[in-house]
Parts: sequence; structure tokens; C-alpha cells
Amino acid sequence: MDVPTLSPSSSKPAEAPKDSPRSIPVHRWPDRLFFGLVAALGLSVIGLAAAIVAILVYGSRYSFQAFGFSFLWGTVWSPTSTPPIFGVVPFVVGTVVTSAIALLIAFPLALGSAIFLTTNAPRWLRGPAGTAVELLAAIPSVIYGLWGIYIVHPYMATTVEPALKRYLGFTGLFDGTPLGIDVFTASVVLAIMIVPTICAISRDTLAAVPQSQKEAALSLGATDWETTRVAMIPYARSGIIGGTMLGLGRALGETMAVTMLIGNIDKVPTSLLSQGQTIASLIANELLNNNGPLQESAVLEAGLILLVIALLVNVVARLLVWRVLSVGGGGAVE
Amino acid sequence: MTFDRYARRKLLSHSIAVLTGLCVLAVLYPLASIVYEAFLQGGGVLFQAGSLTSVQPPPCSTLSCKTVGIGPAVQGTLIVVGLAAGISVPVGVLAAIFASEYRARGLGRAISFTADVLTGVPSILMGAFIYGYFVLYDPQIALSFYTGALALSALMIPIVVRTTEEALRVVPNSVREAAMALGISKWKATLRIVLVASLPGVATGVLLAVMRAAGEAAPLLFTLGYSTLWLQGLDHPGANLPLLIFLGALSGYPNLVKLAWGATLFLLILILIVNVISRFAIHRMRVRMGGA
Amino acid sequence: MNATKVKIDHLTAYYGEKPAVIDVSLEFPERAVSAIIGPSGCGKSTLIRCMNRLHETGLRTRVEGHVFLDSEDIYQLDPVRVRRRIGMVFQKPNPFVTMSIYNNVSAALRFNGRPSREETDRQVVRSLQQAALWDEVKDRVDAPAVSLSGGQQQRLCIARALTAEPEVLLMDEPCSALDPIATAKIEDLIKKLKEDYTVIIVTHNMQQAARVADYTAFMYIGKLIEFGPTEDLFERPKESLTEAYITGRFG
Repeated sequence: MDVPTLSPSSSKPAEAPKDSPRSIPVHRWPDRLFFGLVAALGLSVIGLAAAIVAILVYGSRYSFQAFGFSFLWGTVWSPTSTPPIFGVVPFVVGTVVTSAIALLIAFPLALGSAIFLTTNAPRWLRGPAGTAVELLAAIPSVIYGLWGIYIVHPYMATTVEPALKRYLGFTGLFDGTPLGIDVFTASVVLAIMIVPTICAISRDTLAAVPQSQKEAALSLGATDWETTRVAMIPYARSGIIGGTMLGLGRALGETMAVTMLIGNIDKVPTSLLSQGQTIASLIANELLNNNGPLQESAVLEAGLILLVIALLVNVVARLLVWRVLSVGGGGAVE
Repeated sequence: MTFDRYARRKLLSHSIAVLTGLCVLAVLYPLASIVYEAFLQGGGVLFQAGSLTSVQPPPCSTLSCKTVGIGPAVQGTLIVVGLAAGISVPVGVLAAIFASEYRARGLGRAISFTADVLTGVPSILMGAFIYGYFVLYDPQIALSFYTGALALSALMIPIVVRTTEEALRVVPNSVREAAMALGISKWKATLRIVLVASLPGVATGVLLAVMRAAGEAAPLLFTLGYSTLWLQGLDHPGANLPLLIFLGALSGYPNLVKLAWGATLFLLILILIVNVISRFAIHRMRVRMGGA
Repeated sequence: MNATKVKIDHLTAYYGEKPAVIDVSLEFPERAVSAIIGPSGCGKSTLIRCMNRLHETGLRTRVEGHVFLDSEDIYQLDPVRVRRRIGMVFQKPNPFVTMSIYNNVSAALRFNGRPSREETDRQVVRSLQQAALWDEVKDRVDAPAVSLSGGQQQRLCIARALTAEPEVLLMDEPCSALDPIATAKIEDLIKKLKEDYTVIIVTHNMQQAARVADYTAFMYIGKLIEFGPTEDLFERPKESLTEAYITGRFG
């Protein structure tokens, strides 16, 4: 990278670059030192990303040597058998099922809230309600887990799950004893955790819809809902989808609350009331087990797979959100 | 053409207004519930004498159980987060300065994008990868304040980079031009003038990263580990609030569960204060920049 | 002079504490083009936005007085009903950006359930013909609305407004963002529209008022100064202020 140099005697700086922010020109050795420092630290950010991938790959080597690609479709996870067998499918299923259910519950609630906060809510309510939603996003996962165990799970076990079993049991999704610590409860709490993410971004993109689009709908005699449906949601569509995918990304990697509520059984769950395990909760539970380097390596390999999935979802999500918010002229996303 | 379905349209619009309002209530209910339970169960613990100065009591199920002692956990969290901030704030801020203030278009954008993507990495993997590195040498040193701080730094750096970048972007170019006109060296201009101009935004970002790190249990599971004692040494595992909550909740012993709620209340109050401060700082920054 | 379609009765409209329209009373005849002229800031845009009740959707706005549509006070009716009967075309063309030409024009139909494809087609063709746009877009009605030129987009917005079958069409400086050729097309269009609709047009260009309008109102700093047949207002203005504006002594 080239930076314009300034001879000490000249009073006019070389033509400043036209990109923004305008760059202050560099001269003399303290500047070069500083430049070296910030460049090195800037590169270290990329280095950090590389290190995460590299160490996980390196840590997976035993497992990869032992199982190759059959790890990806193996359904048995048995550290205690001889020889130990490890396969990642139970945890991929656990991750996907909990995240999918969480998304199904969270998306309508989050979008509905975002719509209310940008259209029907009285103006004095919008700020405080928005702040409350952001506070929800700031609550640590362990606290959701604690609340989940002692407030949500008893309610699930005594009321919700038996009711679901009675009325929806024909679907086969609710077989098994309703214990309250299972895939279903974990998914519900997960949904509660990702709603703020989806809601905040959807709200920002809906608020960025230009007034002229809304007035176009109103002037045709549209009701509030019709204005939202015709003028606002289509315009904000990419942002809403991006926000939802960010929520999905968060759900995929959520560890603590899920670990505390899913039951921690290393098998593919057969019903929503089964106990199960996600990749994240697997790592939390079993990375420190002293069952030998092979298990440790298998756990790290599962972590690598989680990394790939989460990164893919997040990259796509951010591309969608960046594009919409910068084009629409909205503010910075925090 | 007739619009005689007018009544139905109005009804639909009103119904949706009500429905979406209910959505907001449903979304905010957990917040109310968590805060309520935290005060109910944890208030007794937190506001008791000796709560912050005692050590965690042993688990027990009788009525005479002690429920004070989040002191070491507060101390541990302060230390590990402080160490992590000591690493991640300089690294993150300076890296953001590079990406934003130095004309290196492609690289700057790569750094920005990488940091953005890193914020989406599950926090447990931050802990796992630090553990994976140190366990190659000695599983013992893998559990210490040092590794805990490293794992939390890995979590915090991307956040600090992104928020600092945003704060720098808001600084008008006229400030940089004024600095240029002074004829001072670039590093002074950047640090003393540009960075200072963006300070509220940067400080807010740092605060948010710190609060995030203070609440994260997953990265600490394999790095800082847990202890019930006051600081034994930076090369030892240590007490901390998130794992106190985690282990307390799972233990099932009523006195430890209550302790977990006390720690929860402590964290929630902290988060609330930080949120209020950062909102205030952002508002003042916007006013100062002339309503950006 | 035709019967009165829209009657404004002692209307005062506020932004916060500041009145932008002060005690204006006016009667617009049906099936005619009426223009409202005046310098920047005289309140003409605010006035017509009071006629389809868009003014009140702003922050801290307030309206006093009455607006009558065929002797019904629109402020006693549901705004949704009012806006169906009084349509609007805006200064900057604002087609729905995610929709095709066809969907833009038919938007109003979809508020009322889904009429059959044939019925929708018929309405769309009719509106586009009325807006003098049909010939230019008939082979690409599914193209995105934003692919049209500025002048075409504005005629699209007119077609869209006409689909709702309003009785009155409000136009807020509809040509100010357009080039002279597009402007001329729309002015021709306006002259045809008055056969079926009452048109009220705000314009900062008094020559345009002279070209298209049957009646003209002149406003200055929120007040109505004079209103009458266009020819009379321009050639024999009653107020000295009107004369000063017309002869260009201030803009």
C-alpha cells in the first residue's frame, strides 16, 4: 500500500486521496513506526480468524485420521465402546432442529413486534420498547439457562408439554414423557433469545422505508396494514431476511442455555420431547472429558463443522443486512 | 368497481394492530419475568451483608444454609475481563484505526469484513480453540486466568474493531483536514485529534464488549475454569460470575441456586447501567456532531 | 361555473405551533382544473395535503376548520375512505420500487381482495390509457416500475391513482422534477382528465397554471389572496399582491 510522503519543507500536502475518510499523509519515522504497529494489529485480526480455523483443523486430525468423512454421517457417538465410535449426525440434527424450531417461533413474534413498533405504536412508546428489546439481547446466555431451568421447565413439564402431547400427539412429534428438559424447551428458550436480534434489525429496516413509499400507499386509500404490507415489507425484505439469518446464526452457536435445557443425551432425538444434544452443548459437556485424545479430537472436529455452518450463515446474513441498510440510508447497525 | 369490503379491511387492519401489539408483550414478557425472578430470588442474596466479601459456601439442602459469597466470583470476573480488555482494547482500536484511517482499501475492507464475520463465531469455539492450543503443551496451563483472558479477548476484539470503525466513520473529514493543516505528524493527529473526536462512540463500544465478556460462560469453560476461592494466582483457574451461575443452577442445591440468582441480579444491574450510559453517550455524541 | 366539488371552510393547518395555512376558504368546481400558485412557503402544498388528510400523518400537526367533499365534512369521515375518493400524485414520482408496472397500477385493486385476472387486466389497460402511458409500456407491463424514465414514472403514478377511481385528483407540483417534454405530455393529460375528474394542481410555475387551469388561486404566506377564473386572475387581478406576483416583482 502506498501512502503519499511529504517533504518537511513543503507546506501543501500532496493531493489527498478522494476516498472517505480522507487520509492524513504520513511523514518521518515515528509515523512509519505507528503505521507498522497499526498495520500489524490490523493483520492480527485476520490472523485471529486464521488461527481459529487452523487450531480446530489441527485438533481434529486424530478424528479425521480415524474416521475420515464417515464422521459426517455417523449416527453413533460412543466414547466407551472398543473401539470408540464417533459420528456427528446426532448433534447436527440437534443443532438444526432446535434452531429451526426457534426460528419458526421467533420470526413471527419478532416481525410482528417490529411492525408494531414502526407503525401502530404511539410515538412515546417506541423508544422505551426498543430499548427493552435491546436489553433482552444483552442478557447473557447462562441467565436464560437459569431462568429456563427454574421458571420455564416446571411450567413446560406440568402444563405445556402434556397439553401439546394431548392435542398434537397424533403427529408423532410429542412421544415420550414430558420432562420439561428436552429439545422442545431448549428450542423455546432459544427462540426467546433470538427474537431481539431479528426484531431490532427488522425494525431498523422498516423504519428506513422512505416516507414517499408509505404516502403512495396511503394516498390510494390503504389501511395501516395494507400500507405495511404493500409499501413497507417488500421494501425492507432483504433486511428482514438478513436479520432473521443473523438470528439463525446466533441460534446455531448458542451454548449455555441449550446445554442447561436439552438433556445432554448423545443420540439423534426421535421426538420433540426427547433429550438431545447440539454441537455447541456437546463441546461444553465433553471437551474436558478424560476419555482420551480421540474423543477430544472428535469434539474439536464437531466444533470445526459448527464453525463452518455458523460462518456461512453469518456471511450471507451480513451481506444482506449491509446492502439494505447502506442503500436505504439507515444508521449504523450496532 | 366497489370497495364494499371496506369494513372487512378496517377490521383486518385493527386486528393486526392488536396482534402485533400482543407480539411485543410476548417478546417483553421474558424480560419482565427474568428481572422479577432475579430480584425475588437474588435480592435477598445480593443485598445481604457479606455477600460480596464472602466465599461461596459449600452446597447444602437444609434451611440453615448460607447464601452469601459471590465475592470471589466478582473478583475473578473483574480480573479476567480486565486482562482481556487490556489486550483487546489496544489491539481492536489500533486495528480499526488502520482499517479506517490508512489508505489501504482492499486490506482495510478485508479486516473490517473479517471482524464482522468473527462477531458471529459461537463463543464456545473461542474457548475451544484457545484450549486446543494450550492443551498441546500442558493441560494444566490451559486452565488459568491467562488463557481465560485470551479467550475473552478473541471474543472482544472483533466487537471493539467494528464499533471503533463505526465511531471513526462518523468523525467529519473537516476534523482530519484541520489536523492536517496543523502540520503535525500523522500518528499524533490520528490519536490526539481524530480518535479523541470519536471517543464517546469508541468508549461505548468498549463498554458493550466488556459487558458481553463479563456475561459469557462458554469461553471460560475450558480456559478459566472455576474455583470457589479468592484469587490463587493468575496461572490458576478462578472464580467467575457466569460459571457460578451455570454450576449453581445445575447443582440443584437450593443455597447454590440462590447464589446463582444473586449473581444474576448483579450482572443484570451492571448491564442495565452500562446500557443506560452507552445510550446517553451516543445521544451526546450525536448532538455534538450536529445531529448526524 | 360548475357545481362545487370541494369546499374549504376557514381552514388553518399547523406544524407544531406554526400555522402554514391561515384561515383559507375556497370552493373548487367539479370537472375543472384548479391551480394553486404562490411563492415558496406560501402553504399551497400543505393546503392540498389537508384535502386528502395526509397532513395529519406528520409529527405534531394540527388542522382547524373544515373541508367538504360534496357537502360531507371529510374530517368526520374515516381517512381511508376519504383518500380513496381524493387521490394524489406527488412532486417526485413514487412508484412502489419493488413492483412491476402492472402491479403498481393495479395496487389499489388488491386492497379489496383479488379480482379476476381479466378484470384486473381491463382496469390496468384503462388506467394506463387514461394516463397516456399505455402505448409506451404495453409490451412490457411486467418490467420493474423503476426502469421507466422520470416522466413515465409520473404518468405511472397518475395511472395508479386513477385505478382507485377517485372523484378528485390532487397533484402536488407533478412536473417540477421532469423535463419540458415530459411536462408537456402531463399537461396535455391534465386537460383531458378534467372530463372525468376534478383536478386540483399545485404549481410554482404560473405559466403552467395559465396553460392548464380553468381556475387559479393565489396564496401568499399561508393566506388566500385571490381566486377566480384563470384568465381573470392573470389579466385583471383584483389584488395588488397578485399583480405583483404575476408580473414577477417577487418569486
